[in-house]
Amino acid sequence: MSYPTDMQASLAKVEASRQNRLHQTFPKLSPEERDHILHRYHPDYISEAFREIRVGPNKGDRAPVELVNILESPPILTLDEDNPHLSQLEADSVCDVLVIGGGGAGASAALLAQENGADVLICTKLRFGDANTMMAQGGIQAADKENDSPAIHYLDVMGGGGFACNPDLVEALVMDAPKVIAWLESLGVMFDKESDGTMRTIHGGGTSRKRMHAARDYTGAEIMRTLRDEVRSRAAEHPSIRVWEFRPVIELLLDEQGHIAGALLKDLDTSRLMVVRARAVVIATGGSGRLHYQGFPTTNHYGATGDGLVLAYRVGARLAFIDTMQYHPTGAAFPEQIVGQLVTEKVRGLGAQICNVDGEQFVYPLETRDVESAAFIRECVERKRGVVTSTGQAGVWLDAPMIDQLKGPGTIARELPAMVRQFHRFGIDLVHEPILVYPTLHYQNGGVAIKPDGGTSIPGLYVAGEAAGGIHGRNRLMGNSLLDICVFGRRAGAAAASWSGFAQAGIPTLAHLDEWKRFRQEAGLSDGSSSPVILPDYTRKISVPLHEEELSMMETGGI
Amino acid sequence: MIEIFILGQRYEVPEGLTILKAFEWSGFHLTRGVGCRGGFCGACGTVYRLPNDHKLYYALACQTVTMPGMILGEIPFFPAQRPIYHLESLEAQGETIFNLYPEVLRCYGCNTCTKACPQEIDVLNYMSAVIRGDIAAAAEISFDCIACGLCVARCPSENVPPNVALLARRLYGKYLAPQAAHLRQRIQELEGGSFRSEIGVLKNAPLDELRKQYAVRQIEE
Repeated sequence: MSYPTDMQASLAKVEASRQNRLHQTFPKLSPEERDHILHRYHPDYISEAFREIRVGPNKGDRAPVELVNILESPPILTLDEDNPHLSQLEADSVCDVLVIGGGGAGASAALLAQENGADVLICTKLRFGDANTMMAQGGIQAADKENDSPAIHYLDVMGGGGFACNPDLVEALVMDAPKVIAWLESLGVMFDKESDGTMRTIHGGGTSRKRMHAARDYTGAEIMRTLRDEVRSRAAEHPSIRVWEFRPVIELLLDEQGHIAGALLKDLDTSRLMVVRARAVVIATGGSGRLHYQGFPTTNHYGATGDGLVLAYRVGARLAFIDTMQYHPTGAAFPEQIVGQLVTEKVRGLGAQICNVDGEQFVYPLETRDVESAAFIRECVERKRGVVTSTGQAGVWLDAPMIDQLKGPGTIARELPAMVRQFHRFGIDLVHEPILVYPTLHYQNGGVAIKPDGGTSIPGLYVAGEAAGGIHGRNRLMGNSLLDICVFGRRAGAAAASWSGFAQAGIPTLAHLDEWKRFRQEAGLSDGSSSPVILPDYTRKISVPLHEEELSMMETGGI
Repeated sequence: MIEIFILGQRYEVPEGLTILKAFEWSGFHLTRGVGCRGGFCGACGTVYRLPNDHKLYYALACQTVTMPGMILGEIPFFPAQRPIYHLESLEAQGETIFNLYPEVLRCYGCNTCTKACPQEIDVLNYMSAVIRGDIAAAAEISFDCIACGLCVARCPSENVPPNVALLARRLYGKYLAPQAAHLRQRIQELEGGSFRSEIGVLKNAPLDELRKQYAVRQIEE
C-alpha cells in the first residue's frame, strides 16, 4: 500500500462503501442550492481577495489582487525621454501577422493566417507547445451526434457560464465545433473511436449530452503536437510560418493612428531587445495560473503569467470577466510532490464518484466545475469531513477504481494512461486505489473582450484562447477550452490575415507608454515591480531551514 | 536534507523534492528545461547517475523525486532532424516514412531508446513496427510519447523516434482511422444552414426562459 497509515482508515471506508455506491449516485443540486454554495464557498466570492482597478480601460472594476497588481504596473522598458519612437531601433523581423504564444490558439491562428495569405511569425516565451493545451487531458466538446445539436450545446455553455456568456461568441463556439473536429482529423489527430468510426464520447461536468471527444487522456497533447507539426511543415512555404522560442513580447507597438504596428520582444537567452514589425497581432498567451490567486497551487504551465492581458490592457483593450477564475475540483492533494496538478475530469466522466473521510458521497460528481469545487471546499473547511494529509493539505477521495467495475476491467488503463502513469511514479495504483483531490487554480474564465472574429477595440489586435474573455461567462465547461482555442484561434488568424492585407504599415511607436505613465501618475500609483511577469520565480529567497508547510508553498508563490 | 549534484556542483536540498523543485531550491531560476511542470510537455528530460553505480538513468525533472547523491544533467535541447513534408500529399504506407526518414532502416535493435524512455514506452517496438510498414501499430504503441528527446540523445543509429512516431500517428489519424459517419452528417447539416434558427431563438430568448430551459433539459443517461 502506498498511502501512509494515517490515511488508510479513511481509505478502507471508501473501499467498504464502494459496492453500495456503484449504482447510487448522489443527486444533482437545484439551481437555488447551486447559487447558495457558490456564494458561500467559491474563491470568486472571497471579497478581500479582490480590489478595484485604478487605471486603464477597466478602471473601477474589481479583479483578483494579484491580477490588478500586474495590470497597474509600470512597463519593463524604461523609456528614453528623448526617444520614445524607437526610430533608431531597426526591425529584427517584419511579418504580416505576429502571433504571440505557442499553444493551441497560437498554432491555430498561425495556420489560418498563413492559409489566408499572411506571412506569420510565432513568438513564444518557452518552447513552441509548452502550453496549457499540451496539458489538457479530458477532451474536446462538439455536438456531432444524432441525439445532440449545436443548440443543446449552446444551452449547456450558457447555463454552465452562469448565463453571463456573450451569445455571439457562444454561437461561434458551438456552430464551429463539428468543423473543428473534422479539421483536426484532417491534420491527423487520432480521436478515440469505435471500430466503425463512431467517436467514443462521454459526459463532462455540466453537459447534457455525451459530446466529449478524447484522445485517451492525452487529448490536448495530441492536438498540440499535431498542430505544431503542421506549423513546422509550413516553414518553407511562401508565405511561411516562422517560430521564435524563448522570445516573449514585453510591449505592443502602435503606429501614429493607434493601429497595431508590431511588438517589442526580449530574448531570454541573450537578454537582447528585439523589434518585430507587423500589421496585425494575435495575442494567444493563455492564462494566469502562475499568479497563484489566493495562494492556490495551479495546474498551469510555467509561463502562465497573464502577459497577454497586460499587453492588451496597456494599449487600451478592455478586459471582460477577469473577476472570475476557475478552480478545477480535482487537483492532486497527495502526494506532496504533485499537489495542485491536474487529475482530469474524465475520471468522473467515466463514472468515478467523490467521497469524504467517511467514505460517503456528498456531491453529484459532474456538477459544473465551480459548483463541484465549492462543494469540496465546504466538505473540508466547514463540515471538516475531508482527509488531512501529514503536510496539512485537505482533500476528498476520487474513487477511480470503481470505473473498472462499472465499465469493465481494463477501462482505466485504456482511457487514462497518463493518470495511471503519473500516480504510479509516486507509488499509487490508480486502478486499485482511490486518489486524494482538492480544488486547484485551473483556468482564467475571462480575458480580453473579443468579437466573434477575435478582434478587439484596437485595430489590428486580435485575441484567442484563454487570453480572450466572454465565451465562457463565469465558468467554463470541460472540453470547451480545447474547442475554443481552435474555434477562435482559427477565426482570429483568418481575420488578422485579412486585416493585414489592406492595413497601412505605420511607424511603430511606444507613445502609449507615455500616456500610461501619465494615467498612473494621475491615479497616484507609485513605481513598483514592472509587468508583464514573463516567468514566476520559485527560487528560494531565504536561507533558514523551512518547515513542512512552507515547503508545500514552494509552488504556490508563497516563498 | 540530502546531497545532490547539479551540473557537477554540490547542493543540499530537503528530502522529497522533485528534481525540478530541487533546482529551484538551489537557486536556479530556470528559463530552459522547464515547461508544463506536469509531465506532458517533455521540456525537462534529465539524465543522472547515482554514487557507485555505472548506470545512466533517465527522468523527467518535474515528475521524479531526488535521491541522495544524484548527479544531475538536464538536456533542455537536442538537435533532431525533421524533414519538410505535407501530410495531404503523402500516402499512408511504410515507404513514405522510409523516404522521409531513411535512417529508420539503420536501426539495429539495441533497445537503448526503450531504456531511455521516462514514459516507459516500448520505443524499439514502435520503431520495429515502422520498419515493418505497420503504421497503425506504430501509432498505437507510440501514442503516449511526449517527445522529451532522451531516446534521440541516446540512439546510436542517429534516429529521431519521436518525430518518426509523430508522422506515423498523423498518417494513421488522417488516412487509416475509420471515419465517423455522424461527423460527416453533422457537417453537411451545418453547411445546409441547419441549427441557425434554433440558435437564433435561444440567443433572443429572455433570461428567465433560458434558465427554465436549462433547468429542465434532458440529461443523456
